[in-house]
Amino acid sequence: MMASTQKRAEYRLLFKQNVKRRLLINKIALGAVFCCVVLALIPLVSILFEVFENGLSALSVEFLTQPPGAIGSGEGGIGPAIQGTMIIIGMSSLIGVPIGIMSGIYLAEFGDNRLGRTIRFFNDVFMEFPSIVLGIFAFLTIVLLLGHFTLWAGAFALSLIMFPIVARTTEESLKLVPLTYREAGLAIGLKKWVVTVRIVLSAAKSGMITGILLAVARIGGETAPLIMTVLGSSQFFAGLDSPMDALPLRIWRLSLLPYDSAQAQGWGAAVVLIIIILAVNMGVRYYFATRKRKGLLSKLLGGYRK
Amino acid sequence: MTAMIDMQDARADIVKDAPNYKMIAENVSVFYDGIQAVKNVTMKFREKSVTSLIGPSGCGKTTFLRCLNRMHDMTKNARVEGRILLDGQDLYSKDVDPIYHRRKVGMVFQKPNPFPTMSIYDNVAAGLRLNGVKDRKILDEIVEDSLRMSYIWDEVKDNLRKPAMELSGGQQQRVCIARALAIQPEVLLMDEPASALDPIATQKIEETITELAKEFTIIIVTHNMQQAVRVSNYTAFMYLGELIEFDETKKIFTQPRNELTAKYVKGQFG
Amino acid sequence: MLTNKKGERRFSSDKIFKIAATVSGVYVLVIIALMVFQLYFESHAVWEREGLDFLIGSSWNAVEGRESFGAAPYILGTLVTALLAMAIGVPLSIGIAMFISQAPKFLAVPLGMLVDLLAAVPSIIYGFWGIFVFRQFLLDFVEYPLYDALGENSWIFLSAPFGLDIFTASIILAIMIIPTISAVSREIMMAVPHQQKEAAYMLGATRWEMFRISIFPYAKTGLIGAAILGLGRAVGETMAVTMLIGNATGPGAFPQSLFQPGQTMSSIIANEFIEASPASLHLPALIGVGLILLLVAICINVVAHILVSRMLKVKEGVVNA
Repeated sequence: MMASTQKRAEYRLLFKQNVKRRLLINKIALGAVFCCVVLALIPLVSILFEVFENGLSALSVEFLTQPPGAIGSGEGGIGPAIQGTMIIIGMSSLIGVPIGIMSGIYLAEFGDNRLGRTIRFFNDVFMEFPSIVLGIFAFLTIVLLLGHFTLWAGAFALSLIMFPIVARTTEESLKLVPLTYREAGLAIGLKKWVVTVRIVLSAAKSGMITGILLAVARIGGETAPLIMTVLGSSQFFAGLDSPMDALPLRIWRLSLLPYDSAQAQGWGAAVVLIIIILAVNMGVRYYFATRKRKGLLSKLLGGYRK
Repeated sequence: MTAMIDMQDARADIVKDAPNYKMIAENVSVFYDGIQAVKNVTMKFREKSVTSLIGPSGCGKTTFLRCLNRMHDMTKNARVEGRILLDGQDLYSKDVDPIYHRRKVGMVFQKPNPFPTMSIYDNVAAGLRLNGVKDRKILDEIVEDSLRMSYIWDEVKDNLRKPAMELSGGQQQRVCIARALAIQPEVLLMDEPASALDPIATQKIEETITELAKEFTIIIVTHNMQQAVRVSNYTAFMYLGELIEFDETKKIFTQPRNELTAKYVKGQFG
Repeated sequence: MLTNKKGERRFSSDKIFKIAATVSGVYVLVIIALMVFQLYFESHAVWEREGLDFLIGSSWNAVEGRESFGAAPYILGTLVTALLAMAIGVPLSIGIAMFISQAPKFLAVPLGMLVDLLAAVPSIIYGFWGIFVFRQFLLDFVEYPLYDALGENSWIFLSAPFGLDIFTASIILAIMIIPTISAVSREIMMAVPHQQKEAAYMLGATRWEMFRISIFPYAKTGLIGAAILGLGRAVGETMAVTMLIGNATGPGAFPQSLFQPGQTMSSIIANEFIEASPASLHLPALIGVGLILLLVAICINVVAHILVSRMLKVKEGVVNA
């Protein structure tokens, strides 16, 4: 038997007039959630403020180009560290980018099978490996083998961070290239690899470059794997087989010294590092924000993050 | 029953008419990203009647239906203009939160969308719990009543604790109807409720609608003209965002006044 | 004949291309296998010598002749800091994801970008800022007040705060995992089908109630996956922790109170790896710690990725098909 109209009216009266309270709870939740955002942004603002506030005053031509002076003297600069960071980024890219791109091509073009899914999965898991373990691995495979510290060990360690990022962003951007491009190429009798390299890759260029730049920004700040591979040094580049300095390593060394001058130099090095990294990051974001590619970046980052 | 609702008449003095109608939409327009999807639609709905909205895909019937429940509030970049009165009260007035109205205006969607993690019982009781009903006995009572009204009680009464997702599509849809009915709405909006269902399930839903019309004001979007004929008292034909003709169902299908309507109901386009 | 030849050649150059791509793809699997093998191989000396004691022992002595290594305090240190970071970071991140997924576009886009920038800041800079700015702030506004109020009566806050301790390291970790968790949770919340949200609104739910009855239950697995992903980051994080945790060793590194210095697996490696002599047991011990860290990280991330990708694959369909 179904409820009568009268019964229904009684039901309606039963509903507590709790709407005001519910709206209040909703407001409180909304406020709390907004506070979360603010709380998370405070450290960001503080870091950027402190780094620029303390760091910019330490900058000078001498600071950027000279090797470090005597410990605690506050003289000299971070020339070798900047040089080292540039060289190591270059060398890591030399190893990591080709492997990453080829691996991305595999995932996008041939990876629709069990092996492909396995690789994609472990590629994503590998992206999250503790970087210090990658350092140990590079130390064991290269430094111990050669018997001395070498730039190649550091570059190898960082390339391990780099290639999975490049692989996933390459895969995502290749997948965005319409199938018709490939079909058109194959239809005029081009070989599959020619189609992939000449047509698909050039159509996916901007996405891939984004991936590479994001990977560069990521390894530029990496410190842990460099500790046991390039060691750190106060000298300018003296061949691939000697220790080398890098910005993050220099910041770490400076943070361990008890002198105010070392702290000031540390802020100086920090501002240089953060300018490089933010410039790359903001550059990428600006590129995607201004052109009509708004959805693209989040798609690429989707591959990077998952 | 009053005979026909003339469009000219409908545009006339809305406020004067308010007591005679459950719901009145006046000059309603909807814009998506600045593109007008519904153009100046004016319609009046009688209490305890079934009104069908028909028209080819993309004619704005679903968009219009969603206005009646302020469902566009959560669609970013959608904008609604015009007035909608429910029992004479403006739905879009700034100082009333939409949740007051949504309790009076229930909605059933095109695809069955039960909450996947909840049992059948909890699905139906979800709206009651939001409204602060905690008494077990009353919950049981209303859940049973709602399931009976949507004609699914006999099929599920022994497994109320079963996850709603384990039911067939047609059963899920009737659970969704029960869920909407449980909050004791006065108006029920249905957006092609049978489009994803097989003929038998469709027939059951239609029987349900006919029964519900004794209690509720029902507005239903359908692409199936036979369905409109079978279930509704009034039918509105929309085309390209405009309301072309609105009349008793019988008239729309036997002697339409507009040429477009005539073409459409004869199945000559759309 | 000619076409046949041509056909064969085309086949072969494509084949080479495919092989090259496949080899690059498989590279990651080879590296992972090699890594686990090599870390085990190079640390087996310490496993042989210490056996299970390496996992549960707490003495840490690298002096020749009296060598003895137990990694328990560092394993515990990693767990405590990472879990504490989760306790703080996960609710904040979910809140951020909720806000950004609901906010109008003109707010959501820049806020999302800013939170992403948190991820771009290198670990070393977090550490440097932590030592010279954040540590003092925490000491003045959190640690001393907590110690003064509760220190006498609860072991958690016992011992006078110094600022370089488990508490500081955990908070920095919490900040560092926020961008990961919030970005993934945001994506997961957006993957909840529209119909689910509408069902809640139809019942007259407020925004908050909509989250409670439709988004959270639907996205539960994915959100747990996002949190575990954050846990993985926290476990592996090295530099900022090394700089802020105070670097205790041996039994003293057992986490006893939040205001005491501690040590994590990654920080002990960062601190001692260079000084360790390859000839002694010290280096194998550190590599052994690295192996434990690696295995923990693999387990955590495998679980996290399974949960997250299952959720994101579901997206539309399945449930509402």
